[in-house]
Amino acid sequence: MTDLTQLGVKDIRDGVRDGGFTAREVAEAFNTAVAEAAALNAFIVTTPDHALASADAVDAARAAGGQLGAMAGVPIGMKDLFATNGVQTTAASHILEGFTPRYESTVSQKLWDAGAGMLGKLNLDQFAMGSSNETSYFGNVASPWRKEGSNQPMSPGGSSGGSSSAVAARIAPAATGTDTGGSIRQPAAFTGICGIKPTYGRCSRWGIVAFASSLDQAGPMARSVEDCAIMLGAMAGFDPKDSTSLDMPVPDWEAALNADLRGKKVGIPREYRMEGTDQAILDSWEQGKAWLKDAGAEIVDVSLPHTKYALPAYYIVAPAEASSNLARYDGVRYGLRDLPDGSGLQDMYAATRAAGFGDEVKRRILIGTYVLSAGFYDAYYTQAQKVRALVARDFERAFEQCDVILAPTTPTASFPLGSMNEDPLTMYLNDVFAVPASLAGLPAMSVPATINADGLPLGLQLVGRPFDEQGVLNAGLAIQQRAGFTAKPEKWW
Amino acid sequence: MSVDKATVAKIASLARIRMDDAALEQMVPELNGILQWVEQLGEVDVTGIEPMAAVIPNTLRLRDDVIDADPLTGGGRQGDVLANAPAAEHGFFGVPKVIE
Repeated sequence: MTDLTQLGVKDIRDGVRDGGFTAREVAEAFNTAVAEAAALNAFIVTTPDHALASADAVDAARAAGGQLGAMAGVPIGMKDLFATNGVQTTAASHILEGFTPRYESTVSQKLWDAGAGMLGKLNLDQFAMGSSNETSYFGNVASPWRKEGSNQPMSPGGSSGGSSSAVAARIAPAATGTDTGGSIRQPAAFTGICGIKPTYGRCSRWGIVAFASSLDQAGPMARSVEDCAIMLGAMAGFDPKDSTSLDMPVPDWEAALNADLRGKKVGIPREYRMEGTDQAILDSWEQGKAWLKDAGAEIVDVSLPHTKYALPAYYIVAPAEASSNLARYDGVRYGLRDLPDGSGLQDMYAATRAAGFGDEVKRRILIGTYVLSAGFYDAYYTQAQKVRALVARDFERAFEQCDVILAPTTPTASFPLGSMNEDPLTMYLNDVFAVPASLAGLPAMSVPATINADGLPLGLQLVGRPFDEQGVLNAGLAIQQRAGFTAKPEKWW
Repeated sequence: MSVDKATVAKIASLARIRMDDAALEQMVPELNGILQWVEQLGEVDVTGIEPMAAVIPNTLRLRDDVIDADPLTGGGRQGDVLANAPAAEHGFFGVPKVIE
């Protein structure tokens, strides 16, 4: 029998539907793979019973001749930023350790309704703040990839690092991610998988632990463009409980996948040629242009003049929103409480937050508090919001000349864990290509392109017009078909 | 603009995060590094540009004016609301004494 853990979303769904294997067999295979992969530290908690119960329900529905959902029989990993009823939800922070929601996030509920099951809650950077998965209270996540001839642990990217590690290691066929400034695309690129952040508002934020509400978007991470299209369809949709949810029908992205790009224009933003970008990344970008040309697209030069200001604007807007969102962790309603002897309410707040938040979270709360404080608000926050408007306007103008934009996802391949911790700024710069699309709320995807001389994967990024996930997925499919990316990490865990 | 130790102590107090002297000392250069880097935003000509608060033009909806329009977020869920409280007492959130 085939090794079921090598299959992706589409093959599992079709195989279960057609009777090639049962959903229970799939869930058991992945539960075993998860249990054997503790060395990756991809999961904070595992939920094998959830996966089995969902699988049994799908098998029973099939036996009864019932309608099967779009994700029927597919066990997935759930980033531990989504509230899951009765299952600890921590955002990888000590301050939420033990927090067990009494409700289910909209996105996870939609996935269960579509027939998916849960293998466990995936590790991440604490409160999704980080680009290497080294800020989790529950330890670093290791990438399944290593440099050729080395056993140094590598970063799976962040913040959705548990998600990327698990999917690349084939211990989950797919996982949820969230993207605030690249947290789906950068880890996908680092681990040789696909990940798409849809247009802001496509997926409900209800029940997702908030980081920066004007930027946060959920999306799928999987090993193929088709799998991402299927899973995104199951996650997206209007939700009255999220005031920024898009009240629009969800297209059937899977059915409309089409890699024929004749008549389409692909924009190449000249400002993305930045110093400090690896030559191998620049080469893969050239290769990407050739692939899309081969698919029938016309390549055009476009300009996004405010690109270099996107990252500093992001590092004002996101911490500002975070400082406000994270004010809720006060030791009163849920999570950790630190009450030193004889202390009053204010001391309890300060002690709880000191003990509960990690260093990077504190740093961002402090930056956010500072830029929002009296006397600095206009100079920092208002200015950043204006620059954000300019970044968005750059994209609007570029999309008058092209249908989709092709760029690298990251300036470098994955790096060893612990190698970028000297200065927070170096880490921030890894998201330089990912952040602009986040600020503009645009759909954007990373697709694996090739491996570099060290044997590490490199990704290419596609950015589309608002609501045009289809255009992004189609261009991604054209790259996938031509890249023929079949490399996978050798099992060491 | 840059911050000194007293300013960081003030921010930490506003943010309700207890920080000892050593933590403050360490944070000063880290915050200054970030603040110096974001200074470059000052170069951008933003004349006539409205600050962007929402990426997708959206109007806020009103929910139906009925009790418990959505039972998940409606009332009558005291037990659920208190279930994760570190100190729930008599159906309330318990906190240290706030009135002398």
